[in-house]
Amino acid sequence: MSDVSLPSRHFKGRPASPGLAEGPIVVYRTGAAASAPGLGDAGWADLDLAIALTAERLAALRSAARNEQAADILDFQVEVLSDPTLIDSLARARTEGQPPAEAWTSALGLEIAGLRGSPDDYFRERASDLEDLRDRLLQQLAGAANDELSLPQRAILLARDLAPSRFLEIQWGPGHGLALMEGSPTAHVAMLARARGVAVAVGLGAIATRPGSIGLLDGTGGELILDPSPDDRRAAASRNAVTPPAVPAVIRPGPRPSIACTGDGTAIELMVNLNELAELDHLDPADVDGIGLVRTEFLFARAGLNDGHFPDEATQLDAYRRILAWAEGRRVVIRTLDAGGDKPIPGYTDMGGMNPFLGLRGVRLSLARPEPFRTQVRALLRAAADGPLDILIPMVTVPEELAAVRRIIEEEAAVLDRAGTAHGRPRLGMMVEVPAAALTLDRFDADFASIGSNDLAQYTMAAGRDDGAVSGLADVAQPAVLALIDSAVVHARHRSLGLGLCGDAAGNAAQIPLLIRHGLRSFSMPARALASVAQAIAAVDLGGGT
Amino acid sequence: MQTTVTARATLRHTEGLHARPSVKLTKTAKLFQSRIEFALSEEGPWIDAKSILKVMAARAPRDTILAIRAAGPDAERAVDAIVRLIETDFAEERPE
Repeated sequence: MSDVSLPSRHFKGRPASPGLAEGPIVVYRTGAAASAPGLGDAGWADLDLAIALTAERLAALRSAARNEQAADILDFQVEVLSDPTLIDSLARARTEGQPPAEAWTSALGLEIAGLRGSPDDYFRERASDLEDLRDRLLQQLAGAANDELSLPQRAILLARDLAPSRFLEIQWGPGHGLALMEGSPTAHVAMLARARGVAVAVGLGAIATRPGSIGLLDGTGGELILDPSPDDRRAAASRNAVTPPAVPAVIRPGPRPSIACTGDGTAIELMVNLNELAELDHLDPADVDGIGLVRTEFLFARAGLNDGHFPDEATQLDAYRRILAWAEGRRVVIRTLDAGGDKPIPGYTDMGGMNPFLGLRGVRLSLARPEPFRTQVRALLRAAADGPLDILIPMVTVPEELAAVRRIIEEEAAVLDRAGTAHGRPRLGMMVEVPAAALTLDRFDADFASIGSNDLAQYTMAAGRDDGAVSGLADVAQPAVLALIDSAVVHARHRSLGLGLCGDAAGNAAQIPLLIRHGLRSFSMPARALASVAQAIAAVDLGGGT
Repeated sequence: MQTTVTARATLRHTEGLHARPSVKLTKTAKLFQSRIEFALSEEGPWIDAKSILKVMAARAPRDTILAIRAAGPDAERAVDAIVRLIETDFAEERPE
């Protein structure tokens, strides 16, 4: 080693699992090279045995895997080992006198190339699963299998990419980090790592290390620093200071034990949407963690807006107080008037716009016509004296909009102060329904955020949810929509921001496991969906595997 | 060779033939002796329903109408079972 200390080296990639770890770099040796000793001598009987042993090993990992996706991948790999197409092509190679290791590598190589060429991320990732299977079998054939990798107590594992089955074989601890030169934040290994609380950065690019290198892995900033300086450590620590502990509940825990829990005991905030005050009569507050979305449009519809009359401050205050009284101290999130788009109000929203969904709606309208908005803000501030109240702003697109809202709230609070009127300090949150907000959530001065899955899906996919011909595209399960949700989740964790989801997807029990696996821990839904969603939540198992 | 039994079924699974439904399909197909194939259109190419590699390579998206055919001693039962599996969306509720 040189006496001259080298400058620290920063490798910037993308955050995939939050956290900070520092330790010696352990380079992951991927697969067995075809030249590995022993491979050349391997006969066909050895290959048959290696296939059987590999199947057995994967099946054992499979039965210990408590993570659904990992289980799916392991099932897939086991199934490949008994694939008739593969067995046929190996049999042909055997009669042609090809060496078994070569036959195996080329048979799988064809399939890997086919999947690699897919335009779809999902199938490209399956190519990695086949590469993993190929290498695993070659290791078995070379007699090098079953060496479980054990890391020192503190270490950064550096790999090109890491297959889920490999991740599951490693005994991960709190002092460990994972640095991937390739990979993506949405890959399964990233999900497994988040569930285990292992810090991960991906897409770091090629990294050459010297023996004895120390690495500092910042999973929140998505960076690996080799031989870090004290300054590097301080900067990374401050970036991670706000990161919640491993397996974080994104939402601050409520005052009472959660209503809903996943199978592995992760608390999920279960809240109800309110469209009408009358809905409260059929609801027991004990069944929910709170009201995640009050759509205040009902107040405005009642007041006969067609005449240009908005409900006055006292009328609104009454309604908000009734809701807070019902909630008995549980969380209540009230969204300010979300007019425009599919909710036009004659005389208020712009009726002549070319495309109401891309026009003056939500907060844009509130800021363009501030007087009705200020009235609503005053009523909300006064109601907040009665209990916890969160104000939620619809259609926020750029940070300036939320900053303008915050100023209006402060000005109205000052007005109430001067008049000696009792009021509270509500938290200010924003809807994440425009892709711009999901991509840059870290730039907004918000106290919490709530994903509006319907609008987020339709703005992302350029497909109106009211248009039956294309509504299938506007689905929260679309990879592009999930990628935006991932982005919002990572930003929210970074900022310790409560992040929930209050669109239709929250009330769809079939989609809840997917959303939980993408890191969401708070859902607000129509009352009729509460029971089925609670059930779906209980069936989710976020356990990390072996 | 026995007569060939044919049928059609619409793929409703949100993600199309991803790993989990594909594994279920090949496992089901392997329960039968008959040769079982499917295709994304009647003109083929026909894909061996017992081969996970071929099934995954088909990359059949959601809402594809799959043509299914089987030939062999238990062809009728095989086609019934495959159609049922696809139409019930691969029994996605996972009994624990």
